[in-house]
Amino acid sequence: MSFQVRNASFHYPRADHPAVRGISLDIPSGCHAAIVGPNGAGKTTLARLLLGLIRPERGSATFAGRPATAWPRREIARRIGVVAQEAPPSLPISVREYVEMGRNPYVRAWAPLRSEDRRHVMSALRRADLEPLEERSVTELSGGEVQRAKLARAFAQAPETLVLDEPTAHLDIAHEMAIFRLVREFVDAGGSAVTITHSLHLASRFADLLFLLDDGVLAASGAPPEVLRPEILSRVFGWPLEVVALGHPEIAGLHIVPLDSHGGREGEPGAEAAKGGSP
Amino acid sequence: MLARSRSAGLLTLLALLVGSILIGLAIGPAEIAPSQVWEAIRPGGAASPERDIVLVVRLPRVIAAALAGGALAVSGVLFQALLRNPLAEPYLLGVSSGAALGAVVVLSLGFAVGPAVVGLAALGGALLAIATVFRVAYSTGRLDTRVLILAGVVVASFFGAGVMLVLTLSEGRTTRSALLWTMGSFGHASWGMIAALAAYALPAAVAAFALSRHLNALALGEESAAHLGTEVERIKWVSYLIASLLAAAAVSVGGVIGFVGLVVPHAVRLLWGVDHRFLVPMSFLAGGTLLALADALARTVARPLEVPVGVVTALLGVPFFIVLLRRGYARSSG
Repeated sequence: MSFQVRNASFHYPRADHPAVRGISLDIPSGCHAAIVGPNGAGKTTLARLLLGLIRPERGSATFAGRPATAWPRREIARRIGVVAQEAPPSLPISVREYVEMGRNPYVRAWAPLRSEDRRHVMSALRRADLEPLEERSVTELSGGEVQRAKLARAFAQAPETLVLDEPTAHLDIAHEMAIFRLVREFVDAGGSAVTITHSLHLASRFADLLFLLDDGVLAASGAPPEVLRPEILSRVFGWPLEVVALGHPEIAGLHIVPLDSHGGREGEPGAEAAKGGSP
Repeated sequence: MLARSRSAGLLTLLALLVGSILIGLAIGPAEIAPSQVWEAIRPGGAASPERDIVLVVRLPRVIAAALAGGALAVSGVLFQALLRNPLAEPYLLGVSSGAALGAVVVLSLGFAVGPAVVGLAALGGALLAIATVFRVAYSTGRLDTRVLILAGVVVASFFGAGVMLVLTLSEGRTTRSALLWTMGSFGHASWGMIAALAAYALPAAVAAFALSRHLNALALGEESAAHLGTEVERIKWVSYLIASLLAAAAVSVGGVIGFVGLVVPHAVRLLWGVDHRFLVPMSFLAGGTLLALADALARTVARPLEVPVGVVTALLGVPFFIVLLRRGYARSSG
């Protein structure tokens, strides 16, 4: 088992509602889990609990059998690589120097990289297809290239687990596919991954296990077809949705299709948009 | 010519520091030829009035200026990394106002106290200001850098008002020496003060260097640094403490000297990049060079009067920095 959460709750100071309430889940090693749900459902908070950045007020969150907050950061950074939602890098450093930071957990803070570190950096750059951009400044990268650079930095940590928080936000289709493919390849090669995403379609296609959050609680979990059911999704997202299988022999993905009429529930999110959308 | 590679840059800066120390020994109210400087500092050189001037009068203040300059520059590097704010400098967080209050209070009491006592009082004032700011910013169990800046600025104003109050109530003669002290001078540097400064500044600068990769990671944001293996809270308070002690030690010896902690790290970044493994030692060398040269100028430009060294660093550092800024931006946009 890589991550284990038991009845965990967390309330940000000065917030009206707890961000997550009584969540329990298991994420086994060797699988790609996706955390999905509406905006504000508690997905990022759950990821921060998994990573030990915050301590659950009630319940527990453990990684590899040890409370996530009890891990020294240097040790957990050798085992989990993170692609976080961070501001795009504003430092004038090259892509290679950026990816080299992934070796921080392995080298002394003042020491130069060893040849072993350089090997990891080169292989991470190659894996993320960034070799041609190695000397480019990270401030000049496009959105898709920045995400690939973050992923390469996580690869350079030589982790057994990846945690990705909306790695494909604002990316076009080709870049989305590239990122999800890289994560899938990482898992197929024996790693584990947890991806927070808004793309239910790509989650259904590239993840083994889905966790659907709704207003801080776990609304459903299981294999993609068990979770991506129209009645569950329509309730959680507050919008009528249809789930359509792709019908392609090799692609197992499910399509989530928002329906046009909202069902006339006034005041619910999207009700106005639904009216405005249909003439 | 500026060396392009960073190791060549380090050597260049080291050579510049040695050169500026030699210049500092050679110039002053009495003119001493370079050959006489060599004769004076050479072990076993013949005794002469020049040798006394170089070794007894000039050497302590040049060394004090170089150490204080290095300390202030590294302090600036740390504050800028910690607060992720390019405007951060050693005095932003009340260190200088605290030190000034300590010194001014002792000076205005009217006792004939030596410079070492004034320095100690300055150190006490600086530490008091640092402790106050830290206490406020740490109250939520973690070091909140936004609260740190705000607390620093208000504590600086508070202590600044204290300085004004004491100056207003004190006699004219004290006012002048206190005022001069707040603009910086190495005229009263003694070997004892230098030993104390070195005992603080050198280990602190080495400690700052030892945090290099953590400081690099902090530039990406606190959570990203945590993902890369940095114990963020520990690194934050340790670097705050180191930066404050460096600034306090420099102020207690040389008075309040602005711009070194702001200008030097930025200049080094523009020329050699943002990696703290180079930024810390390079800033130490460049800060030492700047302040040793500024002190030499302070002694000579208005002979026989001595100009406060803080005035020289500002007049010298700011135009140089503006040129660098324009060139740096022209390069990065072109």
